[in-house]
Amino acid sequence: MSDALTGVDTASTPGALVKPTAHTAWVGYATIVRKEVTRIVRIWVQTLVPPAITMTLYFVIFGNLIGKRIGTMDGFNYMDFIVPGLIMMSVITNSYGNTVSSFFGAKFGKHVEEMLISPLPVVVILAGYVTGAVFRGVLVGLVVLGVSLFFTDLQVAHPLVTISVVLITAVIFALAGMVNAIFANKFDDISIIPTFVLTPLTYLGGVFYSISLLPEFWQKVSLANPILYMVNAFRYGILGVSDVSLTVAYSVSAIFVLVLGSVCLVLLKRGVGLRS
Amino acid sequence: MLALNVKNLEKTYENGTRALDGVSLTVEEGDFFALLGPNGAGKSTLIGIISSLVNPTAGDAEVFGISVERQRALAMCQLGLVPQEMNFNWFERPLDIVVNQAGYYGIPRAKAYDRAEELLGKLQLWEKRSVISRTLSGGMKRRLMIARAMIHQPRLLILDEPTAGVDIEIRRAMWEFIREINEQGTTVILTTHYLEEAEELCRNIAIIDHGEIVENTSVRELLTRLDIETFVMDVDKELDGPPQIEGYASRLRDPNSFEIEVPKNRALNRVFEHLDKQGVRVLSMRNKTNRLEELFMRLVEKPNE
Repeated sequence: MSDALTGVDTASTPGALVKPTAHTAWVGYATIVRKEVTRIVRIWVQTLVPPAITMTLYFVIFGNLIGKRIGTMDGFNYMDFIVPGLIMMSVITNSYGNTVSSFFGAKFGKHVEEMLISPLPVVVILAGYVTGAVFRGVLVGLVVLGVSLFFTDLQVAHPLVTISVVLITAVIFALAGMVNAIFANKFDDISIIPTFVLTPLTYLGGVFYSISLLPEFWQKVSLANPILYMVNAFRYGILGVSDVSLTVAYSVSAIFVLVLGSVCLVLLKRGVGLRS
Repeated sequence: MLALNVKNLEKTYENGTRALDGVSLTVEEGDFFALLGPNGAGKSTLIGIISSLVNPTAGDAEVFGISVERQRALAMCQLGLVPQEMNFNWFERPLDIVVNQAGYYGIPRAKAYDRAEELLGKLQLWEKRSVISRTLSGGMKRRLMIARAMIHQPRLLILDEPTAGVDIEIRRAMWEFIREINEQGTTVILTTHYLEEAEELCRNIAIIDHGEIVENTSVRELLTRLDIETFVMDVDKELDGPPQIEGYASRLRDPNSFEIEVPKNRALNRVFEHLDKQGVRVLSMRNKTNRLEELFMRLVEKPNE
């Protein structure tokens, strides 16, 4: 057996013992990413158009009409202030929505079994879906950024911070979406968390205001909201101002990546919601 | 070498259903093996464990000596599965479904396209490679799942009712394809409700019932156990009653046809001689049911039913 196991070209000789290698994992990962990207682009009317329309309305109503009466916030006019928050809101919603809908759809339609009976390790499956979700989150973020340029003349103060925060945030919410998809048994289950948890936390996470406006007690309560750190770190990247320390924001984000990533791997490895 | 070695597999689901009760089974490399059993017998659970979709409660399954539980990835490289349920993305194109599946096994895209072209061509799906899979007919969907399962050239192919709901013409074409891949060295395990399919294709057979293997032998050996065969004969004259021949039980179906039970140790010649004397000519003759079906029914028959 051990002789046969060595030196056999992967999946090339009919009838020969084939062995999964790092190359198998890489091709598998690229396949999942390609499949996800194709899906996102194919259904662009569902993935790209709605956030563009919604965010345009936010810019027109909150940024332009109401924003003019608000004046400045943290030294910036209100329109400029909310742009980072709205971009981040889009990234969060879309990266989460991509994994939860795509992976649950694969579970519901049972075509997740295509991957489950393959030699792909669960970490590759997870990485493929997360990359797809990050792609969608960033793509939608860029669309919203493009829309925002019609309303404001945006300058990026710290490009590296901006890029790193947006990528880390997309990863966090892609992983969170995966946890939701793993536990979901019906389509209702994939809308509960976004409706009752994600949306309130996003709105209360400093997208539309600086927490310095809040009474001290509510400022402290707000610090328990993880989205606050991501929104503010991103705002720091674009505008150079933040309600929270960048180090704390990165630390909180890293903890979330580690915890959610580990949870996903354990759940997938155990086959929760996937294997009987 | 054993293509499959199942050792004392047990499976009890969370709701308490005991699907497998110590199943042991071996399939030789190169075999064309039938796994039969009534609905709910445990076939799909057994296939689920072999393909790592179901976690066993106890026991182990080995594919070409590789443990599914301990070396899952390596074991899965040897295995192709055509499940009973349609489990591909109905919004994707057949070509993409097959090529993506190849990707999950590490097959580079260019090579995957070549193989997909060959397989889809052989299964008469190449013309449909770019349509939305949802629009394929039932038979085409089944063939697509076979192409997908074969894209990584597995050494063991498991087909869970691959011809269910497929018309006879397509079914026979699928038989030819599966027979061909078996002749090329792929071990095939087939579950089916069409017992003539198992009799036609398979060399060895296992019958599972209530989570236990109740029979495991060659099809030829099993058929020798059939001690009575029932034939239906169509004749050219209207009969008043069934032919009365000693040692043969018979029953009139209609004035121009009758059923006759022929014990294994007796010949059909006596029946023809008897009819000849009556001036009755036999126009056609056929088995009342498939021979394997008769045996299958006896093996899984419930005593109280």
